[in-house]
Amino acid sequence: MGRLEPNDRSSTSAPLVELRDVSKRFGGVHALAGISLEIPAGTVHALVGENGAGKSTLAKIIAGAIPHDSGELLVDGRPVTLRSPREGLELGIAMMAQELLVVPHLGVAQNVFLGVEPRRAGWVDRRALRVRYRELAARAGFSLDADRQVAGLRVAEQQQVEIMRALARDARMIVMDEPSQALAGADVERLHAIIRSLAAQGRTVLLVSHFLREVLELADTITVMRDGHIVRSAPATAEDESSLIQAMLGRPLTAAYPPKPRVAPDAAVALRVRGLVARGVDDVSFDLREGEILGLAGLVGAGRSELARAIFGADRRQAGSVELAGESLRPAGPLASLRNGLAMVPESRRELGLLYSRSAVENVSLSSLRGHSRLGVVDRRSERRAAGELLSRVALTRAGGESIVGTLSGGNQQKVLFARMLMCKPRVLIADEPTRGVDVGAKRAIYDLLVGLAAEGTAILLISSEVEEILGLAERVLVMRRGGIAAELVGEAVSESAILAAAFSEPAVRQAA
Amino acid sequence: MSTEQEQSAVAETASPPAPGRSALLPAGVRWRSAGILIPFVALFVALSIGSAPFFSTTNLLNIVDQQASTLVIAVAGTFVLISGGIDLSVGATYGLASVVFAELAASGWDPAFAILGAVVAGALVGVVNGVVSTVFRINSLIATLAMSFVVAGLASLVTSGNLVLISNQGASQISTAQFLGVNMSTWVMLAVVVALGFLLARTTYGRYVYAAGGNAEAARFAGVRVNLVRVIAFSLSGAAAALGGVLDSARVLSGNSTNNTTLTFTVVAGIVVGGTSILGGEGAVWRTVVGVLLIALIGNGYGLLSLNPLYEQITLGAIMILAVGVDAWSRQVRG
Ligand SMILES: Nc1ncnc2c1ncn2[C@@H]1O[C@H](COP(=O)(O)OP(=O)(O)OP(=O)(O)O)[C@@H](O)[C@H]1O
Ligand SMILES: [Mg+2]
Repeated sequence: MGRLEPNDRSSTSAPLVELRDVSKRFGGVHALAGISLEIPAGTVHALVGENGAGKSTLAKIIAGAIPHDSGELLVDGRPVTLRSPREGLELGIAMMAQELLVVPHLGVAQNVFLGVEPRRAGWVDRRALRVRYRELAARAGFSLDADRQVAGLRVAEQQQVEIMRALARDARMIVMDEPSQALAGADVERLHAIIRSLAAQGRTVLLVSHFLREVLELADTITVMRDGHIVRSAPATAEDESSLIQAMLGRPLTAAYPPKPRVAPDAAVALRVRGLVARGVDDVSFDLREGEILGLAGLVGAGRSELARAIFGADRRQAGSVELAGESLRPAGPLASLRNGLAMVPESRRELGLLYSRSAVENVSLSSLRGHSRLGVVDRRSERRAAGELLSRVALTRAGGESIVGTLSGGNQQKVLFARMLMCKPRVLIADEPTRGVDVGAKRAIYDLLVGLAAEGTAILLISSEVEEILGLAERVLVMRRGGIAAELVGEAVSESAILAAAFSEPAVRQAA
Repeated sequence: MSTEQEQSAVAETASPPAPGRSALLPAGVRWRSAGILIPFVALFVALSIGSAPFFSTTNLLNIVDQQASTLVIAVAGTFVLISGGIDLSVGATYGLASVVFAELAASGWDPAFAILGAVVAGALVGVVNGVVSTVFRINSLIATLAMSFVVAGLASLVTSGNLVLISNQGASQISTAQFLGVNMSTWVMLAVVVALGFLLARTTYGRYVYAAGGNAEAARFAGVRVNLVRVIAFSLSGAAAALGGVLDSARVLSGNSTNNTTLTFTVVAGIVVGGTSILGGEGAVWRTVVGVLLIALIGNGYGLLSLNPLYEQITLGAIMILAVGVDAWSRQVRG
């Protein structure tokens, strides 16, 4: 299973990074409670655990992005105090943050060498910059054009910029917090190859991830965290998916997916899309029936999210129609959609989803305030009760309701977004990557909720970059390519290879299905 | 068959053992957000000790009454800032309302209708501000700055640049009549503060204001009519600026068309010093009240301790930068 050859490291030298009894509090939350951990140089070390377990906090402390409260952080055996990511970099530790930190209006090469540009007489030497960039890109095996503006790059490409930036500073260790979360298909494979080659060059990688298979495949050592503690730290060879799940959740998870819902053969059409044209969407037509979960697959950039936005009314439709239960949606717009029972979990919780400085409860109720108010005055008790109930259904404690959303862990933020949609009680739901960043246990809870909604008659359009998720939940799958529907797969015909074949197919083979 | 069991298992572990988490975190957050009260209380205590005449009912009521129009305007301006804009036209609208009120009262209108006329004029200015900055997508800083010239020009046209005297003595009642020993202008201010405080903190509209400024695109996806929310915020601000103008011109029984830029500055300063974010999405009415009064206390203190008033300006500027800096810092810490 592709174990890496740990590079020649002398057994006598101190570990690259060592933590001794490190703790971190945020207000009353004990995010880390006495963590002791060694990360030897040249290894891939993975951190797994439930949402809110403290993985990101630990990663940020190691990279110097936030300070720890007590305990010791040692680099090369020497105790250090890191006050900023820059100080981390000086010791050779770089971080690829969950929110990438590239400068959007500069070119790729300029971003990579930002702050360490080759200079001549005080001016940036552009020619030398380009030459050095080409060397570096070749060494890393990337083929990004030096002059492309970073703003136009895909997430996967921006990650490559960040990795090259770390290499340009000769980082010995790269901390990656859920790097594959926003990637799909081939990009994930490429990232894995990059991680392997970093390790082969003798660099150290700290990898935070919820994808256990990825972790088992890549890591030398896996540390399982729970509630700010380390449950155990063991060689990857000694673990498998179920042992990790058991350690993370404190209980086994017998099946990743609930049984698929049965759609009544005579179920009415809940959503009818005809000839839809919008930005990134080219002539799409399909029906979605009550109680059905329809998967929408395709490569990143194939137009899935654009289709979702156009149906929901967030983007202008240039042509075509969208009908809900036989009635055309006019005027189009998110508000009109919501009022007519069409809800959406948008793809990006940060840009399109949450209010980071408000409480979880307020975020959950935002779309349904009319149901929890009288004469425009919010009935806070009923609001809190309803939101709290939904938050516990998505496996976020009732207690978390008053927390400011910006202080929740990434996966817990995603649950808040999902709970908001639940409160709308939609008849048609578009869920765009609904489990992004969510831990395995909570994923199962969200799947149960989706299937439960379908059983009550809600029609669901499920977009996911995890093919497995679509296979596990959808009876019928539409595969998109270049803004159009490349194939429709039903029942037995739904398989990973069929989906991939259609996603890569040439438009000529379109009528497949 | 095991589905039900699994589901209940999921539900149970949904609440990981986290004693005290919920109870402590929000408390911590609240404590930090109340930080503005510390300099306010400290200054209040210091002035009470340092200056005998400070801590007297007369002086305190006087401070509040002098700030009545500023408070009314700043409290409404808070809505604009939280919803993600800024209103730099309040000083001009204040002047316009003052002459509209004076002209109407002078031409024999009942004072109540004269007030209404002025406030409606102010609200209309606000609607224009709101539409220009949302529908036409012109940055509200520029839109309202430009609007302030237009409005001030209109006001001077009405009066040909002269002071308009109000001969109708009844018109002064709105400011100077007393009830329970407190000026009417103070009562009006209290009513506005309470009403707008309630509007922001307890109503669906208030929630939408926070949403529009916190993340406009997310708000739109959640079904909030962001443009409408902002237009309403601007018209509240315009109406309040007009009410402020009426209160002050009734006090002095004359209307003055000049664009009161000092007022605009003091209003924005008060809102920001109170801790409402210049970037939108965060803030509160009580904060603005504390911010405006803090600035007033500083002015009052310099007067009572007869310090060089030049330092007052410097102090004010420093406090503003500090307030904005603290806001930026706390955002960064939160990530
Ligand atoms: N800035 C902050 N202020 C307050 N609490 C915070 C802050 N950052 C993190 N926390 C809390 O610390 C705990 C650990 O959070 P962390 O982000 O490390 O979790 P995580 O393991 O990365 O979870 P996820 O898998 O969801 O990303 C959580 O309870 C979180 O709410
Ligand atoms: Mg995290």
